[in-house]
Amino acid sequence: MEYTPNTDHGILENEQPILQVEDVTIRYGDVPAIQNVSLSIAKQQITSIIGPSGCGKSTLLRAFNRMNDFIPEANITGRILYMGTELYSEETDPVDVRRRIGMVFQKPNPFPKSIFANVAWGLSINGYQEGIEERVEKSLRRAALWEEVADRLHDSASSLSGGQQQRLCIARALAIEPEVILMDEPCSALDPVSTAHIEDLMFELKQRYTIVIVTHNMQQAARVSDYTAFLENGKLVEFGETNQVFTRPHHNRTEEYVTGRFG
Amino acid sequence: MTPGNALRRHAIAKVFHLLCATVTWASVAVLGVLLFHVSYSGWMWLDGQFLSSFPSRFPEKAGIQSALWGTLWLITLTVSFSVPIGVAAAVYLEEYGGKGKLSRLIEVNIANLAGVPSIVYGILGLVVFVRFFGFGRSVLAGSLTMSLLILPVIIVASRESVRAVPDSIRQAAFALGATRWQVIRSHVLPSALPGILTGVILAMSRAIGETAPLIMIGALTYVAFVPNGPMDVFTALPIQIFNWASRPQQEFHQLAAAGIIVLLTVLLLMNAIAVLIRYRTEEGNK
Repeated sequence: MEYTPNTDHGILENEQPILQVEDVTIRYGDVPAIQNVSLSIAKQQITSIIGPSGCGKSTLLRAFNRMNDFIPEANITGRILYMGTELYSEETDPVDVRRRIGMVFQKPNPFPKSIFANVAWGLSINGYQEGIEERVEKSLRRAALWEEVADRLHDSASSLSGGQQQRLCIARALAIEPEVILMDEPCSALDPVSTAHIEDLMFELKQRYTIVIVTHNMQQAARVSDYTAFLENGKLVEFGETNQVFTRPHHNRTEEYVTGRFG
Repeated sequence: MTPGNALRRHAIAKVFHLLCATVTWASVAVLGVLLFHVSYSGWMWLDGQFLSSFPSRFPEKAGIQSALWGTLWLITLTVSFSVPIGVAAAVYLEEYGGKGKLSRLIEVNIANLAGVPSIVYGILGLVVFVRFFGFGRSVLAGSLTMSLLILPVIIVASRESVRAVPDSIRQAAFALGATRWQVIRSHVLPSALPGILTGVILAMSRAIGETAPLIMIGALTYVAFVPNGPMDVFTALPIQIFNWASRPQQEFHQLAAAGIIVLLTVLLLMNAIAVLIRYRTEEGNK
């Protein structure tokens, strides 16, 4: 085995990390949701975060684009570095962070506007003035939705099916050219066909973007991701290449979880 | 399964249905009788002369022009003061303000203000706008007083509809790198607009029918000219109606009925505009 990640600290040794989590603890009031987690997210790879309900997966994911800022009682200690700069320093503007690190949510949440307006809005607020139409088309193509909506761009987004809406949300996130895309259980509200669509899409997107996905579905993590982090009770139990985590886990708890004995 | 129980439950459901229907139709019937009575007695007085004449002690010469224009001035100014302030206050309380004790205290107080008798606002308007600011018995003083009166209604209704905007929409917008103002401007306000307009309709309907605060601040009954600006003295439709209705002669009672028809028509027209805007935005939001 030529590659041995340090599973206790979750630091990758042979990859260029785009995000580095260093000893991060996140509390809601006094209740810790994430405790002393360190790991790194490899550039242009898919990293999945798995673990039983309530283990802090989503909390950790939302720490990457500072979405936890909206929860007044949430506080974070430790450091998260994004391409070397600290995400939680005074000088870092959360608005800028979210522009560079996009997010796709658990339930499709298109704006109550037209398909076109959903994708174009992010562009207009971020100051794009020219080539909006081309960018909308490009984003919809990358999200593998263009063929289905090209002739009805000005229809309401709510007329789309759930799977299409989720791909629209991905297109919306892609339009502003983020570097990282966070996906919070993006397929949990979708049927198997739509799920397969989104998973195929993730392989395509990997060519350009770094993807971090939280999932309940272990098969999905095994299918799509390059690296897997297993969390339990807010602690990182194991982190490594997906293949290794699923076939030769170093920890008993990981093995029990990935083989479906609990969780 | 117990069939006896099922029958009983169906019976209760039917009784409740019937009760609701009775109450609804009884209210509609009362309204219908009222409207019929008013139109019946006021109809023959309603003509161009009535709309274009000033008050007079001769019923056949009396008209409603000054009161009609006074009301239009009053409502236009009131809406332009109270809607921006009310909506801004609601957005601040919901989107920027905390969710702590202070916020709840403010919420309870605003709800209470909506229940304060209108005459109290009249006294406040008299002291603050007429005397302290020296606006006199003007349309401006009247509409500022009226704005205070309907602000709580607008704030409470706007807050409710801002609160009803799903958080998932806000999160989606924030996740695209939007500032709070961009989120409010593009998503929260458009989604909340139908609800806000419903509140505005209710508030306007209340303002257009209020008499007590206007009498308190000294809106006159006999005004023989149309206000030319916000500093002119004025009268309003409900004051004119009240004045006519309190006279002994039968003709003046019929004039009052005609005035009520005019008042209701103005109200319906204003509400129609608001409903139209609401319909348009709902279509746009789909």
